Amino acid sequence: MSDHITKGILYGLGLVGVTAGALLGVTTLLSMNHPPIVSVQRGFRGTAMDQLYTPKALSDSAAIQAKIPHSLPPASAAGVKASVAYKNVHVLGNLSVGQFTRLMVSITNWVAPKQGCAYCHNVANMADDGNYTKVVARRMLQMTQNINGNWQSHVQNVGVTCYTCHGGNPVPKNIWFSNPATQATMGVAETTTGMAHPTQLINYSSLPYDPFTPFLEHDYKIRVQGENALPVSNDSSIKETEWTYSLMIHFSQSLGVNCTYCHNTRDFGNWADSSPARVNAWYGIRMVRDINNNYMDTLNGVFPGYRKGAAGDSPKVYCATCHQGVYKPLYGVSMLKGFTTELSGPPSTTAAYKEPPGLPTGAIATAYDATPLSPLSPPGTPTPSAPSIGSAPPATPK
Amino acid sequence: MAEYQNIFTRIQVRGPIYAGTPLEGNAAYGRGGVPTFNHLFGRLGDAQVGPIYLGTIGLAALICGFVAFEIIGLNMWASVGWDPVQFVRQLPWLALEPPAPSYGLHFPPLAQGGWWLMAGFFLTVSIMLWWIRIYRRARALGLGTHTAWAFAAAIWLYLVLGFIRPLLMGSWAEAVPFGIFPHLDWTAAFSLRYGNLFYNPFHMLSIVFLYGSTLLFAMHAATILATSRFGAERELEQISDRGTAFERGGLFWRWTMGFCASAESIHRWAWWFAVLCPLTGGIGILLTGTVVDNWYLWGTHHGLVPSYPQTWGTVVDPATLPGAPK
Repeated sequence: MSDHITKGILYGLGLVGVTAGALLGVTTLLSMNHPPIVSVQRGFRGTAMDQLYTPKALSDSAAIQAKIPHSLPPASAAGVKASVAYKNVHVLGNLSVGQFTRLMVSITNWVAPKQGCAYCHNVANMADDGNYTKVVARRMLQMTQNINGNWQSHVQNVGVTCYTCHGGNPVPKNIWFSNPATQATMGVAETTTGMAHPTQLINYSSLPYDPFTPFLEHDYKIRVQGENALPVSNDSSIKETEWTYSLMIHFSQSLGVNCTYCHNTRDFGNWADSSPARVNAWYGIRMVRDINNNYMDTLNGVFPGYRKGAAGDSPKVYCATCHQGVYKPLYGVSMLKGFTTELSGPPSTTAAYKEPPGLPTGAIATAYDATPLSPLSPPGTPTPSAPSIGSAPPATPK
Repeated sequence: MAEYQNIFTRIQVRGPIYAGTPLEGNAAYGRGGVPTFNHLFGRLGDAQVGPIYLGTIGLAALICGFVAFEIIGLNMWASVGWDPVQFVRQLPWLALEPPAPSYGLHFPPLAQGGWWLMAGFFLTVSIMLWWIRIYRRARALGLGTHTAWAFAAAIWLYLVLGFIRPLLMGSWAEAVPFGIFPHLDWTAAFSLRYGNLFYNPFHMLSIVFLYGSTLLFAMHAATILATSRFGAERELEQISDRGTAFERGGLFWRWTMGFCASAESIHRWAWWFAVLCPLTGGIGILLTGTVVDNWYLWGTHHGLVPSYPQTWGTVVDPATLPGAPK
């Protein structure tokens, strides 16, 4: 090879290298956190149970708090009841007209500040249920009462109002739909495995991209670590672990925290080493299942098609719906304080907590194969808690 | 006289074209191609290219490797609907996954993990054939077979991860997926499932040999480069002309740490460290799930785990409380 060709190749390689380096540098600057990073120690020293914050992320979150609308002055509980004064009042009939009107105005501020009353109501006849939004809103009031009345294990005394999730938007910004197979395959090629395509929801990992359907709508088991040193009873597969891992990444993303906010990462499964926040999160998972199954899914016939997902499913909630990147929604500001009569208390019209329904079918079941690793179960042991849904042959590829 | 500069050098190693040592016996061991010089190669190593020996086994290894590469790549491409842009964009995330747990050790349909099995088969055959090639080339040249056995150590770890452990666990699903990020996420999930691999003593040993290898390599390479100004790389002269380069290298280490390796023993150290890294690692993987289910708890039983004071009071698993939701 002559020397000037070699020289040309060298300069060419150099040019490619410099360009690639510049691109990589720009990507790094744009996509990664840069100093200063504030580290807050939460656990015992040496356990790395620290939370990391950037000033930028903190100021972004503080902006959320600054936008919270002021509560209207309280109204008297005395006077004519709403059930008497108005027609077709199912949930809030025991409020006084003053309280009722104040709540209606507040809901407008929280959910549809631009659209106004007409977003839900037929303004010619406020009692009319013709708009789907009004039917949904009624169910959402029951849901809010249920959360504040029955899920203090998660929301504690801070509670929630419509604004917690809606934040001034008719549809909350952070909702999810089942995503069984976004990527089609062709011919005899590998059927979608429900993973290995990056999304922001799971921090661009290659883990399963819809951990919500199995864990936050259905109740697949999340615990995959064994409680014994030796293999006697735990037959979770590594594939199941990847689904749990993906769900946990969503927790971390939604709350703006590291794994160590709840776990001591030397032993993720151990409760004694965990922070109390993990207990709160445990109830949160059950609360979200309750919301998705007994409220969102039951509205499936009410939502118009354009509000539903590709699979025709209702919009659903997850951690990010309320938390929006903050470890306590709205940084712990209790908007419920001015509305305890209206939005909490024992919800008489609400169905009691129902267990999540059976395991799903279709693509998500194919992707999430919970078959236990059989050789690990000694003969005679009872069937493990996760039922096998993989025993039927998976669906043929499209 | 041109001499090597440490760190970077512009020296080209370019002697007269050399066909290589004549081999006894079998003509099939002959090498092919006309040797030539390449300046770029000379910047990295020896400037002479060829002659080369491929042979039937080498060719078969390349073909099998190509088949595996194509199965993996085409399935990945199919997973983005044959979109070339998305293929490039998502390539680090794309995967060819092993079959679902429900298939156990059965042969699944192609689309449900069959391709993964097939890619694994061809990749394994390719690697095994390449091992044979390395072994036979070494014997043909009259060399020891150290390279082949070092390669075998890596193959051991590969087989444990993708074949032996899945066999013992009774499920192909336990094996590693093909893919750049997927195999890394798999590794993290593996450690999560089995209670933190850092408490696995064979994992500890493997890390010792991994980091030890880099330390030894740095010490050895630095010594050779540092003494190259006295011609340490010209090993032939060291035999008859002691007291210059190599002796200084030894002296340096005796001064700094009281002990020095010999020119031969440093390579024995390096070879064993490198080989023991995957050997011990493979043992650690093989024991995981088959003999030990939770390495953290195993470590607690054996006094490996320090205890820290409770900073939050007692935290109890809510699922164990009476009346807890499921």
